[in-house]
Amino acid sequence: MQNYDVLVIGGGPAGLAAAIAAHKNGAKTLLVEREARLGGILKQCIHDGFGLVRFQEKLSGPEYAERFIEEFRKQKIEAKTLTFVTRLEKTENGFSAVLVNRSGVETVTAAALILATGCRERTAKQVNIHGTRPAGVFTAGTAQHFTNLLGELPTKKCVILGSGDIGLIMARRLTLEGAQVLGVYEAKSTPSGLTRNIHQCLHDYDIPLYLSHTVTRVFGADRLTAVEITKVDEKMQPIAGTEQILECDALILSVGLIPENELAETLGVQLDPRTKGPVCNAQLMTSSDGVFSCGNALHVNDLVDYVSESGEIAGENAAKYVKTIRKEIPIKAGERLLYAVPQKLNLNSNNQQTILYFRSRDILDGCVFKIIIDGQEVFSKKYPFLRPPEMEKLTVDFSKYQLSENSEIQLDIEVKSHA
Amino acid sequence: MRELVCIVCPKGCTMHIEQENDGYKVSGNTCKRGAQFAISEMTEPKRTICTTVRTVFPQTPVLPVRVSAEIPKDKIFDVMHEINSVVLEKPVSRGDVILKNVLNLGADIIATSDLLRQIET
Repeated sequence: MQNYDVLVIGGGPAGLAAAIAAHKNGAKTLLVEREARLGGILKQCIHDGFGLVRFQEKLSGPEYAERFIEEFRKQKIEAKTLTFVTRLEKTENGFSAVLVNRSGVETVTAAALILATGCRERTAKQVNIHGTRPAGVFTAGTAQHFTNLLGELPTKKCVILGSGDIGLIMARRLTLEGAQVLGVYEAKSTPSGLTRNIHQCLHDYDIPLYLSHTVTRVFGADRLTAVEITKVDEKMQPIAGTEQILECDALILSVGLIPENELAETLGVQLDPRTKGPVCNAQLMTSSDGVFSCGNALHVNDLVDYVSESGEIAGENAAKYVKTIRKEIPIKAGERLLYAVPQKLNLNSNNQQTILYFRSRDILDGCVFKIIIDGQEVFSKKYPFLRPPEMEKLTVDFSKYQLSENSEIQLDIEVKSHA
Repeated sequence: MRELVCIVCPKGCTMHIEQENDGYKVSGNTCKRGAQFAISEMTEPKRTICTTVRTVFPQTPVLPVRVSAEIPKDKIFDVMHEINSVVLEKPVSRGDVILKNVLNLGADIIATSDLLRQIET
């Protein structure tokens, strides 16, 4: 049986950064990836815009991933690809993991675990569309896999439901390859994706965006032949009499991403209902001692730069992990925040460089983000605007403040005007 | 006056552009690159494109590529046509030029992955 200091599960950008950081901090590290190649979803994200924060360069997904893969190989870190983790268990000195691959079943042990399992797309079954079950209903990620990795265009004329970033990116991609995108339909009254993607993916190609509209029915026996579009009210309920039928051969869904935490749940890791990822402290350790989380498994990021950053935090802390008693206080996100990460602060850890990620719940203009400790405002930052699809990041030195076990850290946004 | 959202970085500033006697006045941007982008949008809008080229290798039927520099927005589909007429018969590395100075626009089409190198080994 092989013993490691750190076991990283997932070989996408979070797992790669985590494994490199763990290795550089002296840990004997193993990375396990279920696919044949490292790189995760970046392999199929051939569009550019990756690395603007980290490298000040506009890289494509494969270029960004390969920079980390090259560093990973240079460091000679051990990786097992085409390998599944089927079971995780706590042991006296850490964890044991059952791995399954072509050479059979084996068990490895590790003192610390990093869960870098990414996220999954919400599917048609999770958005309850009526009608038949023909071929031609894809998630945006599946359409992207067909187009960018298999070289097969999955549609000639399609409708996109949901304005998530992958949907917007695919609207442009399919148009470039000669398919007709009839429109992007979003049930909410505001777009889900980044504003810049609405402009460079839809406006540039004259693809219409319809807010407060949804797909209420699909038609077709073998292959999709049409969809029914209906306007929705503020509660996202369809308005009778507003139905229209659009002929198309595919319905592409970009209706949200959910952090993947099935393995985390088997270890009893506490999840945050808002992020749908684990509740973590500033070291990105979950509620289970020695279990760390990063990337999109922790919360869904809009920029890969932050995915890598969280991987590095988890990697470094997993390498340095020794079991100690935690003294944790909650970091509470106020009503105007959609969520904030981390959700806890361990007073027994070094919190000088705590990285806070947060999103606003609504589109807000002219606002101030505040940190309030025990009723006292200790930090504030002005933002000309905050939009839920665009995550904000701050580095805060919590060691400056008088914190005790009974302290309360509250994050709030004060608004001067609603957009 | 024209309003547009900057696509230079993920911040996505909303900018306002006003025509003045001998140029444009940009407001709402938070950096220099934003102002440059706004003016270029008014004079000669440019974009990058990322796509794939076909290969003869069954395991990797397509390879991701992009333009090495921005091209005029109205030439996007002409450039796509050029790229789609290429079939790679030999493995190339990331950064290798697939099409030099495509349509004389001053930009090359370059590979953005080492995928074909990995196949060889």
